[in-house]
Amino acid sequence: MNDSQILDFLKNYDGPEVRIMEICGSHTAAIAKSGIRSVLSPQIHMISGPGCPVCVTVTAYIDKLIELAMEPENVVVTFGDLIRVPGSVRSMGEAKALGARIEMAYSPLDMLDMAEKDAEHTYIFAAVGFETTTPVYAMLLSNAEERGISNIKILTSLKTMPAVVDWVSSGTVLAEDGSERPAVDGYIAPGHVCAVSGYQIFEHIAEKHAVPFVASNFEAKQILAAIFALVKLKGRGVVKNLYGDVVTREGNLSARAQVSKYFEAGDGIWRGMGTIAGSAMYLRPEYERFDAGSRGLDTDHESNGCHCSKIITGEEDSTQCPLFRRVCTPEHPKGACMVSQEGACFNRFISGAQPRSRA
Amino acid sequence: MKITMAHGSGGDSTSKLISGVFSKHFSNKYLDKLGDSAVVPGASRLAMTTDSFVVNPIFFPGGDIGRLSVCGTVNDLLMSGAVPKYLTAGFVLEEGLDTEDLEKIVESLQKTAEEAGVQVVTGDTKVVEKGAIGGLIINTAGVGFVPEGIDLGPEKIKTGDRIIVSGYLGDHHVAILGSRLGIENDIVSDAAPLGEMTRALMEAGLGIRAMRDVTRGGLGTVLNEFAESSGKEIRVEESFIPVSPTVKDFCGILGLDVLYMGNEGKMIVVVSPEDADSALEIMRSSKYGENAVGIGEVMEDSDSPALVLRTEIGGLRTVGPLYGEGLPRIC
Repeated sequence: MNDSQILDFLKNYDGPEVRIMEICGSHTAAIAKSGIRSVLSPQIHMISGPGCPVCVTVTAYIDKLIELAMEPENVVVTFGDLIRVPGSVRSMGEAKALGARIEMAYSPLDMLDMAEKDAEHTYIFAAVGFETTTPVYAMLLSNAEERGISNIKILTSLKTMPAVVDWVSSGTVLAEDGSERPAVDGYIAPGHVCAVSGYQIFEHIAEKHAVPFVASNFEAKQILAAIFALVKLKGRGVVKNLYGDVVTREGNLSARAQVSKYFEAGDGIWRGMGTIAGSAMYLRPEYERFDAGSRGLDTDHESNGCHCSKIITGEEDSTQCPLFRRVCTPEHPKGACMVSQEGACFNRFISGAQPRSRA
Repeated sequence: MKITMAHGSGGDSTSKLISGVFSKHFSNKYLDKLGDSAVVPGASRLAMTTDSFVVNPIFFPGGDIGRLSVCGTVNDLLMSGAVPKYLTAGFVLEEGLDTEDLEKIVESLQKTAEEAGVQVVTGDTKVVEKGAIGGLIINTAGVGFVPEGIDLGPEKIKTGDRIIVSGYLGDHHVAILGSRLGIENDIVSDAAPLGEMTRALMEAGLGIRAMRDVTRGGLGTVLNEFAESSGKEIRVEESFIPVSPTVKDFCGILGLDVLYMGNEGKMIVVVSPEDADSALEIMRSSKYGENAVGIGEVMEDSDSPALVLRTEIGGLRTVGPLYGEGLPRIC
């Protein structure tokens, strides 16, 4: 099948409904940007999953960052997306206007120079992310050790994919005939996560739930090919890889080794979803000196009425949330999914209403 | 020499700074009177605008804050079809600023003013404490004359009109961000006064409906404003949007979207379909317009006017304006 045959098939598909989840936030953004929803048959339903790190971070974590940044001896360094995420009282952006010391960075490694030049302050990185980003935090700590920089810490909210995907795979939704059906019939496997951890991490989930996974890069054409494969593979517990130039079954072994040197698995709390066993990473006890207080940040105040958690588990579509577009907008976000550039609701918002197709 | 608080006192040091740096370069018959205000000849319809420039760093690949201070203001005047005539220049200097740097900036401002055909006729200088603003801030106000019969604006946009962009997008944004992050690349800012291009378009008597310089907020924001003001859908072909390969790579690495990147020497022209080819030819043969290209057209009236992009796979997506902060201190 060539690209245009795939496109024709996906446009004209009239078989039973297929519900496909892209787990990764970068896929969510790529799908919105390339207008993929507008070329799919209404029988193919795309769902944005829990793979946007900012979206699954609980309010207690944001509150803790603000508390740390208000202390005069600290500077909190963060990726830009996190700044506008609402905490239980305010966002980091609002705290900054009240005097909290918060700096933005493109890479955690930028913090090394900042900390070295300013020994008076402790620099704390807001370490959010999945398997993809965790190796960079490991590199930050290993560089800090090598360079003898001691005024560096991280506050972690690090998540891993397999447990949450297993959890989502157990979910059901009501089918048109009123019966219960699985919430997800197939997954576009997260390309970057697979590059680090290898696609083997999804094999047992595929078998257990009889659901297919296809790893893809972030180009529109390959994403369409992945959707095509998932429609064809519906009901089969297999993992396929279209992203062969980057993704292997085993992943990046040296990155994985570096991560396990500094971090260990633990239970993770997900915004609106509760605690999922074995879905988080924490600093190992022997590296506790780098920890700014990451454990036990379990309190989660979802904005009143926000349906984020239902949306990223496939139970609902963004447009079904009563807040979406009415009171929750990128300028005045109520939930994290509307803040992040990778968020399910942000991307549905910027894609607008489905444009009318015109030849 | 370094700028000190005394240079902002209004006394002798201020006078010396004015004569030694500002009047020396800006000299013309209106400014040289150094009056409280400049008295200049006028016209029946005036265009006026003002802009403050806070760019960081003040010297960047392809330009500096002085050149920017002319381009930003002059281009705003040009977009209404005006012929820019006079500028004011207000300088807020930080204590400790090197006067050699200041003089370089003043020279660059004057050189760009000459290129744009405007005169700096009055100005002001203030000094603030070290660390307060990071170098210097310039405000320029501009006055232009609007010729008889010229009446442009997004409300004039009609169904079927064509959208032309004057060249590669995102260069200024990448030049600024690249210097701040220390990422080596060969991209230089596009900061330029666009008078030659707009004058040629006006003189050709074409059906130009609206012009807008594409600055902060980028193409996405400008075309959303056009859709909103005209009440029509604007349809753009994604693959036609001009972006240099280096900027494309830069965007890929940093996750930036060229639709929202800032420029300082690019504009959008909305023109009637019958005049689109002539407009494109004029733009391509003018300075700063060689890469001009048609990217889309204006569709029918819409209840929810919007910018719609036809993507490379033939999908359609609505593109909103820039949400959030964008890049601070870009101009």
